[in-house]
Amino acid sequence: MPVWLKAIVQSRAVWPVLALVLILIVAGSVSPNFFEIRIVEGRLFGNLIDILYRAVPTALVALGMAVVIGTRGIDLSVGSIIAIVGAVIVWRIKMGDPHITILFSALAAGILCGMWNGFLVSALRIQPIIATLILMVAGRGIGMLINQLYGGTDPSFESALLQWMSTGSIWLIPTRLILAAGIFLALWLLIRRTALGLFIESVGGNAAASNLAGVKAGLIIFVAYVLSGLLSAWAGVIMTADTHTSDPVSVALYIELDAILAVVIGGGSLAGGRIYLGMTVIGALVIQALTTATLISGLPPEYNLIIKALVVLSVLFLQSANARKAIGSLVSRRAS
Amino acid sequence: MSKKYLPLVATIAVFLALFLVGGSMYRNFLSTLVLGNILADNAFIIIAAIGATFVILSGGIDLSIGSMIGFVGVCMAVLDRMGWHPLATAAVMICFGILYGALQGFIIDYCDIQPFIVTLAGLFLLRGLCFMVTLDSVPIRHDFVDLYASAKIPLPGRGVLRSSAIVMLAALALAIFIAHFTRFGNNVYAIGGDKESARLMGVNVRRTTIGIYAIGGFYSALAGVVYALYTSSGYPLAGSTLELSAIAAVVLGGTLLTGGVGMVAGTLFGGMILGLISTLIIFHGSLNSAWIMISSGVLLFAFIVLHRFLVSSFDLRGTS
Amino acid sequence: MNATAIDKPRVEMRSIGKSFPGVRALSNVDFTLYPGEVHALLGENGAGKSTLIKILTGALNRDAGEIRLDGKAVNFNSTGEAQAHGISTVYQEVNLIPAMSVTKNLTLGPSRDALGVISWGKARKRAREKLSRLKLNIDTEQPVGSFSVAVQQLVAIAHALDDDTSVLVLDEPTASLDAQETATLFAIIRDLKARGMAIVFITHFLDQVYEISDRISVLRNGNLVGTHMASEISRQDLISEMIGRELGEVEATLAHKAESGPGKQKLVARDLGRKRTLKPFDLTLHAGEVVGLAGLLGSGRTEMTKLVFGAIRSDSGELHVDGQDMSGATPRRSLASGIAFCPEDRKAEGLVGDLSIRENIMLSMQAKRGWLRQLPRREQEKIAGEMIRALGIATPDAEKPVRQLSGGNQQKVVLARALASNPGILLLDEPTRGIDVGAHAEIITLIRKLCNEGMALLVASSELDEIVAASDRVAVLRDREKVGEIDGADINRDNIIRMIAGDDSGQH
Repeated sequence: MPVWLKAIVQSRAVWPVLALVLILIVAGSVSPNFFEIRIVEGRLFGNLIDILYRAVPTALVALGMAVVIGTRGIDLSVGSIIAIVGAVIVWRIKMGDPHITILFSALAAGILCGMWNGFLVSALRIQPIIATLILMVAGRGIGMLINQLYGGTDPSFESALLQWMSTGSIWLIPTRLILAAGIFLALWLLIRRTALGLFIESVGGNAAASNLAGVKAGLIIFVAYVLSGLLSAWAGVIMTADTHTSDPVSVALYIELDAILAVVIGGGSLAGGRIYLGMTVIGALVIQALTTATLISGLPPEYNLIIKALVVLSVLFLQSANARKAIGSLVSRRAS
Repeated sequence: MSKKYLPLVATIAVFLALFLVGGSMYRNFLSTLVLGNILADNAFIIIAAIGATFVILSGGIDLSIGSMIGFVGVCMAVLDRMGWHPLATAAVMICFGILYGALQGFIIDYCDIQPFIVTLAGLFLLRGLCFMVTLDSVPIRHDFVDLYASAKIPLPGRGVLRSSAIVMLAALALAIFIAHFTRFGNNVYAIGGDKESARLMGVNVRRTTIGIYAIGGFYSALAGVVYALYTSSGYPLAGSTLELSAIAAVVLGGTLLTGGVGMVAGTLFGGMILGLISTLIIFHGSLNSAWIMISSGVLLFAFIVLHRFLVSSFDLRGTS
Repeated sequence: MNATAIDKPRVEMRSIGKSFPGVRALSNVDFTLYPGEVHALLGENGAGKSTLIKILTGALNRDAGEIRLDGKAVNFNSTGEAQAHGISTVYQEVNLIPAMSVTKNLTLGPSRDALGVISWGKARKRAREKLSRLKLNIDTEQPVGSFSVAVQQLVAIAHALDDDTSVLVLDEPTASLDAQETATLFAIIRDLKARGMAIVFITHFLDQVYEISDRISVLRNGNLVGTHMASEISRQDLISEMIGRELGEVEATLAHKAESGPGKQKLVARDLGRKRTLKPFDLTLHAGEVVGLAGLLGSGRTEMTKLVFGAIRSDSGELHVDGQDMSGATPRRSLASGIAFCPEDRKAEGLVGDLSIRENIMLSMQAKRGWLRQLPRREQEKIAGEMIRALGIATPDAEKPVRQLSGGNQQKVVLARALASNPGILLLDEPTRGIDVGAHAEIITLIRKLCNEGMALLVASSELDEIVAASDRVAVLRDREKVGEIDGADINRDNIIRMIAGDDSGQH
């Protein structure tokens, strides 16, 4: 194998990107118009745009998840946070707040949820998976409760600002894509242009060594959960504005699983210690492309779940040392 | 009394307190009728939670419970339409559950991946299979379903023990036997207590892990059978997020999520607490299901913090 | 004892060799074990004791050599196989399940019938029998974690002892026992010995070695230094074998010592200590001075450096740095006030393996600056590049994950991190552990250079010659207590060994 080929094969970017390309090619071969992009009502339309468009909420949540996983943690409560954020939006709209205030209230709700998780993990030192389970169980109930603050009979709403942010467009490009790109950039700057990323990765990689090197591990972990809460809140704003309603019971069901999956597909290890923001977005796109491709190929949308499961299992299998060894010895036995 | 029974005592205390609160608020609450109904209505959750107890005792987690319940349900319904006897289907499905769980356990140990992720894939796979089997709610019409629904053992007072509750209690007895009176059960506690030590002490970790998840699969499949017979139908979305209730029941039952400490019998009370909460809220009338979620969350929080401090203050992890 | 010499050996290990990536853990080690003998295995951390034991008990596979059990060649691929041949081990950290009862712990083990039903009545009886053989009478229904470490230790031995156990390996069994408990354990060991058991005893307490063992083997840097009858080797010779090492190159640096006298006081510790960790001690560090910490394994070297740095919280005494009260400071505060620390265990406490060399070097410096003021990338690369050059870290570039470096280079990265934070006081715990001789001399030279530039250094080391070569003053530790200091011209092997051995009546 030539050196350059080896370098490509060993690069962690290659498999997820290859998977994405492969899915697109398969989808393109099934549906001839797959790559077509049209302009309808002053906005770009087409399958590729649709994949980007629909991947935004998952990608946002996954970015927060990537940061938390970087600290060797996990955040199961993201779906519940989205439910709470949706309920807060509708509640404040019914109360007649200015819509820009509502946006900030929604984000504040997400931050508050993140602070709760961060408190449990960093101050009470509860295992992340257990700590965030609490909000995961209670969060949707809290959302339903907030819905009752205004009677809860009609949770639908109209908001020009929020809907513009979610489903509108600037020139030809959907607003949510532009905003998501802005958030990604901001997060990237925060992680890579301050020392936060280094600290998160060092705490996730070796908390004891980080402490001895002078890093405030507890604070770093806390901040990671707050970031995850904030990003989930943004996803919540987009999803709520998209459906014009607050539905705490079923909104963003299983989104935590998709988000974790996106991080894992993007090469992040649940053992922590590394944050790959760009690859996480690729991971989210892979998941969405799978869904879209399943739909287009005429398979019932439900098959998507099975395909996803098989993808997770094969990714995990390829990552496992034991399985690699077994495959390696099988291959070399063949070769000899 | 050993400190490790403290969580179980707390569980029973919470259960009794809730029951008495209900009794003081509603005239007919303190009766075997209510008790029998709670047992029957929550039988499938408790059965699934019993399986989850083994998994959690070993320091793992099983997210595939809800999907297994849904999958068993649709298979029961579809095979019923094809003329199978429900008991025959049940036997096949339970075997499937055991094999599926064993496979999950094997992957967890062989690939050394967090149980969370493996069983998450398991969740997706089974839910997807549900939809492959059918997209609609399918009724189960076999006469056996009526027989199952009508069979009951009278309790003192006006209450009765329905078939679901009977199956659940039998399943519980089996679980108590496995957990507390076999070498396997002893090994489960050891792996949950300290996997490396257990390995050094000669416990076969792989075999035990496979066994643990096989038991988890067995109990989720059994829960699926009970759920299908209880609702006399199969629905591909049935059982969604039930894994959360099952895990909550286990934790409320006094089992540490970190593994190694807990008792299978506690899970019965944990599940009953969840059942009591919903019953109380239904009795109240003006409260809704939001309160069920929030109160389980609050209780979960209280128990997790209690466990956290038990572990650190009583030094259950040893002094060395 | 003469009887054993006539007996056939139960275990013969010949020319055992074992390498790990980057490290030669054992080379050409011979080890024999006779029935009815207690064979002490001595050596510092990293000398190869645990590797040798793991090979004997099947936890590791050897690269070279052979093992004979009762004259027959054997190959163990797992601890289970070794156990089936009668070789049992009690590990240093008690390996029991603390939350489970004693009976349940003793019931654990390899078993053909995993689904077998346990009759707890019988299990309890059997557990009591096993314990009574060790003269231990406790409530077997209590969780193991509720007992003292001594009792846990005995329970672990009871678990290891099967009816057909013929070889028992005890890895540091007395590390956390008091005198009374140790005496009990020794009575049991003598009893087992009288019944023909072959016992390997690993410890760092020399008194105990002489009290209980018949023969002594000393390992150093993966080589067998010697095997002796306990009655035929003096304490001082033994210490010398364990921590002595010829270092021609390093000794050359001796000449450069004390170019200038010590400067002003940088750090003063008064009665600093912590219960069960280290008895209160006094220590002063001056600018431009290297203070060596000498003592055997377990004497409290690591603990002293950690107490000074704040990585272990003190419960008595006070600490002043540059006149400022630093008692009870966290590592973070210590760093801010100009103390840097290189821990002994680089993997667990030093490095973040997945991060690059550059990132590992920058960590402390960046932590000092705070998260907002990230050092510009170019600056980072410059500093990392300088450090790589100055310390001679062998790597193609600064972006290589630290995990992939050899032990010596990893050690230099830890050192580079400490130096990058620009400290006035540097605490080094075993700065040359597990690195080759060349790098070894470089690090000693570097220590002297830093000292001459006015830094105050505290260097804990198990290598006596290194201490002698590098230090202006030596603090000596014995059994978790600072027992004295040796100054200037008096610093030599013999004086230090005498003080460690405990017949230093004149010194202080």
